Amino acid sequence: MPSAIRVEDVTKTFRIYHDRNQSLKGTILQGRRAAYEDFQAVDDVSFEVEKGTTFGLMGRNGSGKSTLLKCVAGILEPNRGSIVTDGRLAAMLEVGSGFHPELSGRENIYLNAAIIGMSKREVDAKFDEIVEFSGVERFIDNAVKNYSSGMYVRLGFSVAIHTRPDILVVDEIFSVGDADFQAKSRQKFHDLKESGTTIMLVSHSVGLMKTFCDQVAWLDHGKLMSVGEAEDIIPEFQASFASAKQPHTASPRAVGLGGVTLESVEVLNSLDESVDIVSPEEPVRIRLRFTAHERLERPVFTLSMANERKQTVFRVNGADRGWIPDAVAAGEHVIDVVAERLPLTEGMYWFNADIRAEGAQEPQANVTRLGALRVDRNEFWTDRSLVQVPWTFEMQQ
Amino acid sequence: MATVKRTRTRDNTWQLLQALASRDVKGQYKRTFLGRTWSLINPLAQIAIYWVVFGLLFRATPAPGINSGMEIYGLWLAVGIIVWSYLSGTINDCMTSYISFSGLLKKVYLPRWTLPMSRVLSRTYTFLTELLVLAVICGLFGGWEVILRLIMLVPLVLLTALFAFGLGLLLAVSTVYFRDIEHFWGILTRVWFYGSGVMFPLGIVQSAQEELVERGWTFFGTEIPLVTLFKLNPAFEILTAFRRVLYDFAWPELSSILIIAGWGVVLTALAVLVYNRHQARIVEEL
Repeated sequence: MPSAIRVEDVTKTFRIYHDRNQSLKGTILQGRRAAYEDFQAVDDVSFEVEKGTTFGLMGRNGSGKSTLLKCVAGILEPNRGSIVTDGRLAAMLEVGSGFHPELSGRENIYLNAAIIGMSKREVDAKFDEIVEFSGVERFIDNAVKNYSSGMYVRLGFSVAIHTRPDILVVDEIFSVGDADFQAKSRQKFHDLKESGTTIMLVSHSVGLMKTFCDQVAWLDHGKLMSVGEAEDIIPEFQASFASAKQPHTASPRAVGLGGVTLESVEVLNSLDESVDIVSPEEPVRIRLRFTAHERLERPVFTLSMANERKQTVFRVNGADRGWIPDAVAAGEHVIDVVAERLPLTEGMYWFNADIRAEGAQEPQANVTRLGALRVDRNEFWTDRSLVQVPWTFEMQQ
Repeated sequence: MATVKRTRTRDNTWQLLQALASRDVKGQYKRTFLGRTWSLINPLAQIAIYWVVFGLLFRATPAPGINSGMEIYGLWLAVGIIVWSYLSGTINDCMTSYISFSGLLKKVYLPRWTLPMSRVLSRTYTFLTELLVLAVICGLFGGWEVILRLIMLVPLVLLTALFAFGLGLLLAVSTVYFRDIEHFWGILTRVWFYGSGVMFPLGIVQSAQEELVERGWTFFGTEIPLVTLFKLNPAFEILTAFRRVLYDFAWPELSSILIIAGWGVVLTALAVLVYNRHQARIVEEL
């Protein structure tokens, strides 16, 4: 198979300025622009992406995956090495970034498409499809600055995805829009894949990587750890993650009357795949499995998430919602807590669960650290806070 | 050395330039009551102000038009203001193009020279409509003969655009590295404006030079070469050439054309050298 993207010995170095100095005065006085140190974001990486395949870049924050993606997309230029791409390339690093707030949606579609590399005639042919997919038909002739952030992003995404490039380079794309729109986007992605588009993507969702990618590369601190078939590399990556991230006090602690055994908590993504890492923007399903040893009247379920400092950040309680079944029979049971998202700051979280009869002092079962989950936020620095509230900036005139 | 090679890409650079330029043109006067009329009102207001100050108060009078015979300071001034606004406006737009598009540059790849170039295109588009209006007015006052020389505007506009693009691109790349340039350029533009004879003819400079000699002020024993300084200024040559066509109804002097072309070619070549050397790191520096 011929390759669509060939990355050879690519190294990308950034300058980290100690005393950033963008003035002529400083330059003349000090005889140089500014003191800086070189930081190797990508260190001598090589791989090939075959035509028509989907290739994923995995790694933790600061592993250099987004930098490498930007090099492939042409936004950054590597310091050493070569990148060869074959075919028309479209990059979606941030959708809608080519929009002009004063122009209408219609005018912006043409502008954005021209930036991606589509001709006017191509846009004419696809125009209705683009608008329909985005769902902003009624507002297409309004200035985009009056759009809601959702409409803005959906329109940008729709243009990008309809350009039919030979190579599509994507960074964390499926955090766009509501569940419906995400499902539509995934379908469109599958269609692109089917039609032979080479896709290169960066995502934090291991589940997404598993479903979409044929091959993946795993980067750590700018170095290529391994590259190959997705099913071989992903478990390797996850294993390294677990060993690095699990504190040694990881064993669960169980108390209670023993009428129930709490078996496990797992987290499922929107594709119903079990994941260890989620983004704070994706919908999740927290699945609690337990075995009742006897019939249990009016059970109240409690599930909470605590951070590494043992602060409880999120708690659901059946009594709060009036969700108390009359009884559960003896045997195995599964309960899902469906959350639109877990808007938490990056870090490791523990699940604690509790089952007790309504009004009882003693729980039937109460387990601390029944399961763990990592919330990972791509390039955003949100440490030193507890929650990741969805927000946007708005400039007021 | 790093190499980045792209094969089988379908370049739609022209489409991209068109789209970017029309974004500039359409976005400029959005949500204003008068819309595009503003692009005519602005120069008209400037012309009126300078006409009052220099025409009425200081009594600047240009030589009569060579073939047109016109002696209308207002029109002579109008040609100057409109050409100068185009020139300085284009250079300024180019200079700020990378900084104002930094959001776009960080997220999307596009050939980086297209940003200043699209601004040259959008400015030139507006300039052409202004020139057309100006030509009609000059024709009304000076006679239909203006038509005979209009063809000369084509190479003149192209050469002026080349000059503005060269200087603008040079400044655009430099400003990314040294933000001071933007402010420094603001001051320099003021000086340049007065040094280009936008609102007074060369005759005034000539008599000033003679007066300085009479007063005994010298420059290393010779007279202070004010006129020569003016003539070295490419903007003065550009203004003179446009005035020859629109005010005098005459062909511009060959020397003017050569000087403008020379400046344009040298600056653009220099700009391309600087651009090729530094464009790859523009995104990181923004």
